[in-house]
Amino acid sequence: MNVLHFVNAFFSDGAHWHGYDGIPTRLAEHIRYCLIALAVAAAIGLPVGLVTGHYGRGGNALAFLATAARALPSFGLLVLMTIMVGFGLLPVMVPLVVLAVPPILVTTYESMRSVDPSPVDAARGMGMQESRILLQVELPVALPLILSGLRSGAIQIVSTATIAAYVGIGGLGRYIIDGLYQRDYEKVVGGASLVAALALATLVLFWAAGRFTVSRGVRRGA
Amino acid sequence: MNRFFDLPSDLQHDWLGLIGLHLREALLPVLAGLVLSLPIAQLCVRFRWLYAPVLGVTTILYAIPSLAVFVVLIDYTGQTELTVMIPLAVYSLVVLVPAIVDGVRSVPQETLAAATAMGLGPLRRYFQVQLPIALPAIIAGLRVAAVSSISLVSVGMLIGNQGALGNLLNDANIYHRPELAWNSVLTTAGLAILVDAALVLLRLVLTPWMPRGTGRRGSRAAAEVRPEPAASAAEEAAR
Repeated sequence: MNVLHFVNAFFSDGAHWHGYDGIPTRLAEHIRYCLIALAVAAAIGLPVGLVTGHYGRGGNALAFLATAARALPSFGLLVLMTIMVGFGLLPVMVPLVVLAVPPILVTTYESMRSVDPSPVDAARGMGMQESRILLQVELPVALPLILSGLRSGAIQIVSTATIAAYVGIGGLGRYIIDGLYQRDYEKVVGGASLVAALALATLVLFWAAGRFTVSRGVRRGA
Repeated sequence: MNRFFDLPSDLQHDWLGLIGLHLREALLPVLAGLVLSLPIAQLCVRFRWLYAPVLGVTTILYAIPSLAVFVVLIDYTGQTELTVMIPLAVYSLVVLVPAIVDGVRSVPQETLAAATAMGLGPLRRYFQVQLPIALPAIIAGLRVAAVSSISLVSVGMLIGNQGALGNLLNDANIYHRPELAWNSVLTTAGLAILVDAALVLLRLVLTPWMPRGTGRRGSRAAAEVRPEPAASAAEEAAR
């Protein structure tokens, strides 16, 4: 009856390691969904957040948009989209993107607003164009916070992508939903620990990304 | 449109009943999370080294999918509302603890010194000075926690119709009535927005000293667009 016992049983069963329902297949599916969703969410949230943050306008509109997007229930949206659009990847992507856009958008905006104005003024005084100020002065300073917004969006996607299994898509949620219906706790706990491990790997990945991309001067100052 | 509110009897509730159930399943956990996170946050303020590990643990707990927690908890608490509410309370910590820590830390030293000089003991100082000043930050955290909690309750549908408004989703499927899914999504989103607005109102009532005009740019930036609490927390953790 011990959770650790279930985890051990799940991972030491050789049948779980290959084939259509094997851990590598499901893990790869899960990672693929997460990467697509995160890429789309970042493609929406980053540019909008960077530009609005740079000009310091539209903060209230963004806050309202973020609240509205957060208010949409992921699971409800998933089922509704599946009823409307039918089986496929699109109904899964919509709720995941809606879920991840608010943290990315709001954090990017806030990070740009919190950049010290004096280097920005200096850059403008040196005759830098607005686009270069944004990309070469503000972005490097804002990067640690922007990464934390992306990280928070990524974690939510990794954990929520499990519900995709309810509408017949693969991924690690398969183990949890199948385990639930089959009363197979070993499967549920195994699937859950895989998702948690993936989330942990995401944290580590973002920490490493911060190490490599944030300039040393900004890191020391923080 | 008539059939929009014509709910199947297996839901055991009418529309308003489902709303009440949903609010209870979503907001009680946030309340429990608040009660839990106040002492945790106070410990983190008191002992600075505690903050990073506490943040790490809450972030990892947050990463475990709700569905998995539900299923594992069924063994202990059965297919009940409690099973849905426990993980939601745990999830709220990831937002509430950093929000409270940020808020309490933002109280200026001079204010604390003035309170001490006026003869306030640590307990009264906490409740009468630190908490009120931290209130806007705490409510900003409560807003995020409440809205995401309201959205997450729906997943409870998967463990034997414990998802309140989320139960409509299953019925939409089995009775081929898409309008029930619309009902579920729209009502849940509406509830979330209403609760969010109520919390904003609560802050306006509880903090009469805060600037509230919409005409002045400076005050607006300070009062209404709070940074994502988790973001500033992450900044802290990076130090």
